[in-house]
Amino acid sequence: MDYTFMREFADSWGLIYLFLIFIGAVFFTFRPGSKEVADRIARIPFEEDRDDV
Amino acid sequence: MALFDKHKKLEKNVSFLFIGSLLAVLVGGIVEIVPLFYVKNTIEKVEGMRPYTPLELAGRNVYVREGCYLCHSQMIRPFRDEVERYGHYSLAAESMYDHPFQWGSKRTGPDLARVGGRYSDEWHVQHLIHPQAVVPESIMPRYSFLKEADLKPDQFAGHLVANRRVGVPYDDAMIENAAADMRAQANPDADTSGLEERYAKISIRDFDGDPTRLTEMDALVAYLQMLGTLVDLEAYKQNENLR
Amino acid sequence: MKNGKEAALLGGATFVALLGAGFASDDLFRAHAWVLVFVLAASTIIMMRRMEVVPAGQVPVQKDTSGYMDDVIRYGVLATTFWGVVGLLVGVIIASQLAWPWLNIEPWFNFGRLRPLHTSAVIFAFGGNALICTSFYIVQRTCRARLFGGNTAWFVFWGYQLFIVMAATGYLLGITQSKEYAEPEWYVDIWLTVVWVAYLVVFLGTIVKRKEPHIYVANWFFLAFIITVAMLHLVNNLSMPVSLTGSKSYSAFAGVQDALTQWWYGHNAVGFFLTAGFLGMMYYFVPKQADRPIYSYRLSIVHFWSLIFLYIWAGPHHLHYTALPDWAQTLGMVFSIMLWMPSWGGMINGLMTLQGAWDKLRTDPVLRMFVISLAFYGMSTFEGPMMSIKTINSLSHYTDWTIGHVHSGALGWNGMITFGALYYLVPKLWNRERLYSLRLVNWHLWLATIGIVIYAAVMWVAGITQGLMWREYDDQGFLVNSFIETVSAIHPEYVMRMVGGLIYLIGALIMTYNIWRTIRGDVRDEVPMGGNLAVAPKIVAAE
Repeated sequence: MDYTFMREFADSWGLIYLFLIFIGAVFFTFRPGSKEVADRIARIPFEEDRDDV
Repeated sequence: MALFDKHKKLEKNVSFLFIGSLLAVLVGGIVEIVPLFYVKNTIEKVEGMRPYTPLELAGRNVYVREGCYLCHSQMIRPFRDEVERYGHYSLAAESMYDHPFQWGSKRTGPDLARVGGRYSDEWHVQHLIHPQAVVPESIMPRYSFLKEADLKPDQFAGHLVANRRVGVPYDDAMIENAAADMRAQANPDADTSGLEERYAKISIRDFDGDPTRLTEMDALVAYLQMLGTLVDLEAYKQNENLR
Repeated sequence: MKNGKEAALLGGATFVALLGAGFASDDLFRAHAWVLVFVLAASTIIMMRRMEVVPAGQVPVQKDTSGYMDDVIRYGVLATTFWGVVGLLVGVIIASQLAWPWLNIEPWFNFGRLRPLHTSAVIFAFGGNALICTSFYIVQRTCRARLFGGNTAWFVFWGYQLFIVMAATGYLLGITQSKEYAEPEWYVDIWLTVVWVAYLVVFLGTIVKRKEPHIYVANWFFLAFIITVAMLHLVNNLSMPVSLTGSKSYSAFAGVQDALTQWWYGHNAVGFFLTAGFLGMMYYFVPKQADRPIYSYRLSIVHFWSLIFLYIWAGPHHLHYTALPDWAQTLGMVFSIMLWMPSWGGMINGLMTLQGAWDKLRTDPVLRMFVISLAFYGMSTFEGPMMSIKTINSLSHYTDWTIGHVHSGALGWNGMITFGALYYLVPKLWNRERLYSLRLVNWHLWLATIGIVIYAAVMWVAGITQGLMWREYDDQGFLVNSFIETVSAIHPEYVMRMVGGLIYLIGALIMTYNIWRTIRGDVRDEVPMGGNLAVAPKIVAAE
């Protein structure tokens, strides 16, 4: 586990791994069908006055 | 789809949010900081580094207390102008005993990493008492009170002990003699053979121009005068320490 | 007996502080302990005067604990306003000291001791109180639940004020561990840890007992901010005290490791204290003030995860070309540049929320405040990645360019969004129909904007002047300027910087006046904003 090995790992497999996670996360967040839930959550700040604390 | 249904649970689960955020913020620090402690070439191989003498350490504490680092860096970058203005670029090894580091982040005043030996003690004392008397355009505050503030050598051994606990190689003799060493370094008439044996390349003289008192001015000037003077830069082999 | 236990605890703490003063092993610790004795004794007396003894046999009057817990938030709003003015005032003072050094009064009011007072007052006292009180407000409303833990929220509030007072008095006395934005010594750090854990418990507990099935994204940002600041604080402040009754400690790390730990902390004080936490505010107040949901909730999820993941890596850009190994510098630079993306994602998300409602800007100066804060956020998160590029950093580092950059973020983004939040909260929390004066809000907005623009512009000029003068060679190959010539050269900029800061401070004083009159229940008789004569500005009025 010397410096050179870690450097090479980081700019090949490490990079690919993180990039795939990112793509996956973006796809997952914007998957078809999530919009409805998201829109509902986005309205939460406007429901504070429902007086049932 | 089953996977998507699971995600709804995640969105609603505060434990997931807690652990997920913690993991996300842990990665960067671990990858960047942890290797610095065990990758061998992080700190260069040099000759001449030693722990601070008690008087220098007391002076360093004054430097920290007064926030000198807010205007003066101690980190010379490897550029032509900086090397010509301040001297050889700074090495990691030169701050290996610095708890905490004093690299600074701003140069409202000049870099001090190699200020040691550049000016006389008298210049430093006058400059600290009234900077504008020496450098008219200076915007540095006055520190004349340091000349009136007596050091307390007898309570100082504990500072060396605390440093040893965080890894500075102070040996038993250094700790035992902390008070005597502090007094002796500012007193050219004292018996300083033991002191010189314990700390290489040490300057021994009355730093603040007042031999009757041992003050914070003595300590700060002693610290400033040793800055950047320890490492033998002639013997430093740049190509063996590429990082 | 109401408040009896609290008074007894405070009295006990006063006694412990007195012991600390008596057995102190150095003068600074003794002086600091006396400060603590004084503060705690005063608190004990106040608490005792508020004690209520219920005669035997009678049922004590129960405090109403239904509904939202807003008292502590009202105190938080006042504390934010107070510390904001104090922090800005100290900023103007130290800016003046740099222009006219005779204003330094040794030893307690020298620049080196006042500068941490300024940075801590604006970041932790002003910003911290703003974060604590808005997070308490938002988490209750978006969870539809009362704050968890009863009086723990009060402990968080007063405990945090005690931390501020101990930190501030420590700086003036010369008690510092010299790590920027983490200057307080070990015992104050331990106290902050206790307060912070209580804060986490209140916040998490409220989320756990929420009535709303989902957790709104603002709370994600607040939670990440609380967790990360706890982690940073614990690691960066690891140190070895000389004595348990002494003020001095030595950092657990040395040299290069200490430097990177500090800037991992320092940069993420910006990333999590001043960014993630304030984005939590943004995700609540901008939709509320614009009266429409956030532009894209799904974008905010990507924004959240990418921001918190990337930010942590950016610290090494504070150490370009230093003795930090090159690989760490490169990593820091790459991640800093990538950070531009989520930052602008968040800014766009906030700004686009106004889609279809841009006309509201004409009549609502509070909404303008939020928009301009997002604009400054966008500007400084573009400038920041740019300055983290090594070649640019070689010029900008160590100069006033960095100071200008920090202030365009702090005054523009953090300041403006906090002012907007205060203007939003005050009428709601004190049940006023609207703010005392919207015209004064507009005055504040413009004074603050002009102040920032002057500040950032002259610091940019000063920084580039310094950077170029330091590296200027004549045709013989000699350095042209002595260091002191580069100091004198930027004197006019230092004077102008003070003026910019002063204008910003005047704006904050106008806000203080406006808030005070609003709390009193006054309404200024004025022509409504935007020349819309017939309609009174209803936007900020309580719903």
